[in-house]
Amino acid sequence: MNSMVETQGVRRMTALHLTRRTMRKSLAGLLKFALIAFGAAVGLFPLYWTWMVSLRPDGWEFTFPPQWLPNSFLWVNYVRAWNSGPFLIYTRNSLLVTILGTIGTLLTGSLSAFGFSRLRFAGRDLVFGLVLSTMMLPAWVTIIPTFIIFRTLHWIDTLRPLYVPSWFGGGAFYIFLLRQFFLSLPVEMEEAARVDGASSLRIYWQIIMPLSGPALASVAIFSFINLWNDFMGPLIFTNSVQSRTLALGLRFFRNEYTTSVNLMMCAALFMVIPVLILFFAAQRYFVRGVVMSGLAGR
Amino acid sequence: MTYQDVRALKGLPVLDESVARHRQARRLRARVKANLEGWAFISPTVLGLLIFTAFPMIASLYFSLTDYDLLTSPRWIGLSNFGRMIHDRLFYTSLVNTAYYTFVGVPAQTLVALLEAMLLNMKVRGVNVFRTLYYLPTVTPTVATVILWVYILNRDYGLVNSALWLLGLPGIDWLYNPRVVKLSLILMSLWQVGGRMVVFLAALQGVPNELYESASIDGANALRRTWHITLPMISSVMFFNLIIGIIGAWQVFTAAFIATEGGPANATLFYVLYLYRHAFENLRMGYASALAWVLFIIVMIFTLLQFVFARRWVYYEVS
Repeated sequence: MNSMVETQGVRRMTALHLTRRTMRKSLAGLLKFALIAFGAAVGLFPLYWTWMVSLRPDGWEFTFPPQWLPNSFLWVNYVRAWNSGPFLIYTRNSLLVTILGTIGTLLTGSLSAFGFSRLRFAGRDLVFGLVLSTMMLPAWVTIIPTFIIFRTLHWIDTLRPLYVPSWFGGGAFYIFLLRQFFLSLPVEMEEAARVDGASSLRIYWQIIMPLSGPALASVAIFSFINLWNDFMGPLIFTNSVQSRTLALGLRFFRNEYTTSVNLMMCAALFMVIPVLILFFAAQRYFVRGVVMSGLAGR
Repeated sequence: MTYQDVRALKGLPVLDESVARHRQARRLRARVKANLEGWAFISPTVLGLLIFTAFPMIASLYFSLTDYDLLTSPRWIGLSNFGRMIHDRLFYTSLVNTAYYTFVGVPAQTLVALLEAMLLNMKVRGVNVFRTLYYLPTVTPTVATVILWVYILNRDYGLVNSALWLLGLPGIDWLYNPRVVKLSLILMSLWQVGGRMVVFLAALQGVPNELYESASIDGANALRRTWHITLPMISSVMFFNLIIGIIGAWQVFTAAFIATEGGPANATLFYVLYLYRHAFENLRMGYASALAWVLFIIVMIFTLLQFVFARRWVYYEVS
C-alpha cells in the first residue's frame, strides 16, 4: 500500500517535470524564432523601405515623424521614373551584357573545368593553381593595361569590354565550382564511352554536360547577377548614354534627380526587381553553389 | 632510362627491339595527343590568363616606371613615381583610410556573418526560408542599396536621425562628419556579407554532433561549447573568410564613390578611389600603375602574414 502511493507520487512528479521541460523547450524555440525573425527583418528593411518610399508623393521625405507603413500607393511614380531617363537603353544594355557574358562563362568555363577535372596532361595542375591564385589578385592591379587593350581595339564605349572577358573561362570562381562538380561525377559511363571510341569532346557534351544541370544553374545565376550588378566595368569602359548599363545609369539618374527621392527609389527597383525574381526562382542553386565550391562570391 | 629498362624494372619480359620501339612510339603519340587535347580544352582559360592577367601585370609594372597620359607614348622615368608617392600626402591619407576600413570593417563583417550563420544553424521552424531571406540583401546591387542608405542616413530628414530624435537623442551627421563617415560605410557593408555567412553555415553543419553531446554530458554550457568546440572546428573557414574579406576590403570603392565621393575632407578617399582618380580622371596612367603595384604588394603581404599567423590559431583536422 505504502509503496503504491510512493510510485504514484513519483509518476506525478515525473509528469510535472516533463511538462515543465517541454514548456521550457517550446519557450526556447519561440525565443529562437523571434531572434531569427528579427535578424531577417533588419536585413530586409532597406528593401522594404525602398519599395515604400517609391510609392510616396513628392516631397514626402521631409515629413516628420516618418511613417513606417505604406499609406499611399502611387504606382504612377514608376511610369514617371521610367520616362525621366533612358531606362529602355540601360535595360537593353544590361540584358545584352548579362546574357552574352553568361553564355560565354557557361561554355568556356565548363570546357576548361572539364579539362581540369577529367583529362590528364602535363602542366594541368600548375595552370589550375595559377587560375586559383587569380582569385586573390585585386582587379585594380590589371585594370589600366586592360583598359589600354580595349582602347587599342576601339572597344571603349561599346558593350564588348563588359562581356567578352567572360568568354575566356569566365573567371576562377566559376571554373573552380564546375571542376568540383565534375570531379564528383562517376567515371563508369565515361569509361564505357571511351571504350566505344567516343572523343573527349563528345564525352564532355553528351555525358558530362547533361549530368551537370545543378552546377551549371549555379554558375549561370551567379554570373548573371554579378554581371548585372557590375559597376566598375561600365564606369571605366563606357562613356555615353548609348552604352550605359542600369548600374551606371542609376548613378547618373541619381545625380540628376537628387531631390526626387521617390523616383530615385523607383529607378533603383528597376534594377533590383529582376535580380529578386531570379533569386527567388532559383534560390536553392545559390546556397548550393557557394557550399559546393566552399567559396563565396564577392 | 629506356622503355626496355622500365619494363625490366617492372619485371616484364624483354621485348624484341623493333616491337619495343613500335610500342614506345605509340605511347609517345598517345601522350602527345592527350596533352594537346587537354590544353585545347583549357585554352580559353589559358588565353584569358595571358591576355587579362599576365600581360596586364607586366604592362602595369612597366607603366609604373613611366610617365604616361594615354595621348603620348610612355616616357621612361625610372622609380620617380614611387619616389613621388613617398611625398604624396593624399597617398598616405588613402592608405590610412583603407587600413581603418579593413581593420574595423572586416572583423565586424566576419562577426555579423558568423552570428547570422549560427542563427541559421538552429533548429527552427522554417529555417530554410530564413536562409534565403538572409542571403537576399547580398544579391541586391550595391548601387541601389547605397542610394537608399544615403537617403536613410541623411542628416536633416533621414530615417535613422528621425528615429533618434523621436527617442529624444541627438541626431548624428552620418555622411558629412569625417570622424563618423567611415563607420557609416562599414555599417552599410554589413548588409552584404551573405557569401561569407553561407560559408560559415556550411562549416557549422560539418561539426560532428557527438562533440557537442559529450561536452554537454561533461557539463559545458552553450557559451563554452561555442568557444571550445565550434570556433576551433570552423577556424579554417574563419581563416578563409578573413583572407577573402581583407582582400575585398582593400578594394572598397563603389559605396565611397557613390555616397561620399571621397569626402568629407578626404575621410573616405580609399586607396582604389585615389587610384581611379589618377588613372581615369587625370589620365596619369604611370602613377596609377605604380599605385596599383603597391596595392598588389600590400595585399600579398597581408595574405602571407595571415598564413604565417594561421599556424597559431587555425586548427586543421587530420583525416
